[in-house]
Amino acid sequence: MAATDEKPGKRTRLISGPGMLLVWLYGVMVVGAVSRSAVQIATEFDHAPLAYSLSAAAGVVYGFITYSLVRGGERARRAALVCCAAELAGVLTVGTWTLVEPSAFPDATVWSDYGIGYLFIPVLLPLSAVYWLRKARPTGQTP
Amino acid sequence: MVDALTWATAVAALLLAAWCGWAAYRDQSTKDWHFIGMGVVTLLALVQLVIGIVQLARGEKPEQGTTIFVAYLLGAFACVPVTAFMSLAERTRWGSVTVAAGGIVLAVLQVRLYDIWGG
Repeated sequence: MAATDEKPGKRTRLISGPGMLLVWLYGVMVVGAVSRSAVQIATEFDHAPLAYSLSAAAGVVYGFITYSLVRGGERARRAALVCCAAELAGVLTVGTWTLVEPSAFPDATVWSDYGIGYLFIPVLLPLSAVYWLRKARPTGQTP
Repeated sequence: MVDALTWATAVAALLLAAWCGWAAYRDQSTKDWHFIGMGVVTLLALVQLVIGIVQLARGEKPEQGTTIFVAYLLGAFACVPVTAFMSLAERTRWGSVTVAAGGIVLAVLQVRLYDIWGG
């Protein structure tokens, strides 16, 4: 599998079937997180610097996962798995943080309260993505 | 903003989502009729975009800011066509699920647009 990884078109496709839905949802989150943080950082950064920076970081992670899914291949699959784990950790950490210490966040982030403002998609998405990416691993290999 | 159009677009988007969800449930890919449905919903979003820009040009101001308003209008317009192309690339039930998800996202965007305009 590793040998075919370099040839375009022969890479493991990660966007067939449910992967297409994941690309769409991640794409929405990229646009949501990046444009939201861009507007907020440009217009009112001093109001809640931590919240806006976290939204921007979330946007970058989402962007990388989307790119990996579309690109396909074994290395992209592994990189996306790592990022999904980081994303899940981020949602859980920031979600708990916003509940325990709301004063640190004068304004909401994408990941506030486990992503309640985005229909909990931020916490559900990495779980389904990890499930999908593990299923897509080449047969006969461990993840 | 014309409230009636906002709600009409939201309802049409949800109907599209239900329709494509039904297709996915029956293990079908999106068909010509579905694409006509997507076209209708996209047309509503386009009319909304044009009306929104005209209202801005006439000097009316959205409550939560012009930049955010225009960004949401553009997002709402692009939403369904993007999923339409994705369902063309994925000719299985999962293409239908993607369009259904696009319809739900558009409905959510309509609610947000309503808030941003200050309804």
